[in-house]
Amino acid sequence: MVSGGPGRVLDSAEFKELVSKRWTMSLALTLAIFIGYFGFILVLAFDKTLLARKIGEHITIGIPIGIGVIVLAWVLTGIYVWWANGYYDRTVEQRSTMRPGAASRDSRIGLRSPAIT
Amino acid sequence: MSAASFLGIAGLVSLKGYDGLIYSVGWLVGWPIIMFLVAEPLRNLGKYTFADVLAYRLSQKPIRIAASIGALTTVAFYLIAQMVGAGNLVKLMFRLPFEGAVIAVGAVMIAYVLFGGMLATTWVQIIKAGLPHILMRFYTVPDAKEARKSVFYATGFIGYFYILTFIIGFGSMVLVGQDLITKIDKGGNMAAPLLAEATGGTMFLGFIAAVAFATILAVVAGLTLAGASTLSHDLYVNVVRSGHSSEAEEVRVAKIATLLLGILAIVLGIAFKGQNVAFMVGLAFAVAASANFPALLMSIMWKGFTTSGAVASIIIGTVLAVGLIVISPTVWIDVLKNPTAIFPLKNPAIISMTAAFIVGIVFSLAARDSRAASMYEEEKLRTYLGVGAE
Repeated sequence: MVSGGPGRVLDSAEFKELVSKRWTMSLALTLAIFIGYFGFILVLAFDKTLLARKIGEHITIGIPIGIGVIVLAWVLTGIYVWWANGYYDRTVEQRSTMRPGAASRDSRIGLRSPAIT
Repeated sequence: MSAASFLGIAGLVSLKGYDGLIYSVGWLVGWPIIMFLVAEPLRNLGKYTFADVLAYRLSQKPIRIAASIGALTTVAFYLIAQMVGAGNLVKLMFRLPFEGAVIAVGAVMIAYVLFGGMLATTWVQIIKAGLPHILMRFYTVPDAKEARKSVFYATGFIGYFYILTFIIGFGSMVLVGQDLITKIDKGGNMAAPLLAEATGGTMFLGFIAAVAFATILAVVAGLTLAGASTLSHDLYVNVVRSGHSSEAEEVRVAKIATLLLGILAIVLGIAFKGQNVAFMVGLAFAVAASANFPALLMSIMWKGFTTSGAVASIIIGTVLAVGLIVISPTVWIDVLKNPTAIFPLKNPAIISMTAAFIVGIVFSLAARDSRAASMYEEEKLRTYLGVGAE
């Protein structure tokens, strides 16, 4: 169906840069969650007393840290949303070659083919 | 997060203290990872079910068979968890024995789905995206910017509910006491309703139990519908009848499937008496993480992923997850009453999910698929730009 191979958009340096930036961002945020969460789990597994230390009369430090990991996950989601709604969408809109209209004019990609729509 | 898992986690915290709390943290951190890695590409693809995404560039029939088997297994485990939760609620409210309560819940569920639910096919199609309740919202919002924002708000609300389980769990440990909680249900699932009774009296208990029960019933009906439609639509019509089947025939098959799933849920719900609901949901997640996640992620990220790789990954992931659960302490000792378990871990995901990834990679490398690889390039336009998915 796609006889001419990958189309103009896919070959453009702009698109490749966008794809690599997207994955860099996604993987960096995933890594941040992994470090926060698995850091928490590893401390639990290997040094429980660290988290069992009391702050105040009844509460141990492990409770605010547990809440902290949940809050961290939420904040990282916020960073992703802010980045995707700002930088990512702006880039897609600004670069004319990546606009849906420009892409569908590129007959080699065959976006109008009924097999896809 | 379903009402049943909320009850389950609160119960775990009340019985195990800080150990139970790890469930709250662990479950929440899963959401953003879905958002970062798979949610957006899937939304841009315009494909909402797991099978649709994979079938986009791989061969339809084998993918649909494998995906249906994975989906049905996940649904079954999730269904058992909900049945145990609902059974305990009914037992607490009406002082019925647990077995009778589960049979009553199952009968209500079957009647509800057979006589009311079959019309809600659009809802079924959405539910079939699997377990992600947030993602449903993500897909129903037309504009990507608004969808992302709503995920941010939803993650905040869900995070808040998970933090609430800390308070409810520790609160019931102190105000209700572990003896009473385990006397009502060994799995601790009734900690939150019992705390409601201790703080607000019978009226408050009734209110909380009614809200929780209604929510569980909706989830159970949705799951049964999803399972029945997978059986009737994906397996029976597309595979057994190769797409040639009348609507009446499909509905008849779906009704039979509903009845069978309902009976299975009752039998297994009774078998898993005394288990914690959050733990059971964790098993459903383990099956989903082994059957679906490796194939889904590889189909989005890896150009060289093939049909045989996907099918092998789904089947091995499902079979291994279920097999290891059967020989784990939960089933082998608690349900089948053997003295020792063959497999030491209670949750198999760390083994079965890793195996599903390895099998997917090995099978894909063993036999290349040039069509799937060329389709990947075209898929990229949609995945990153949303082109063609409107």
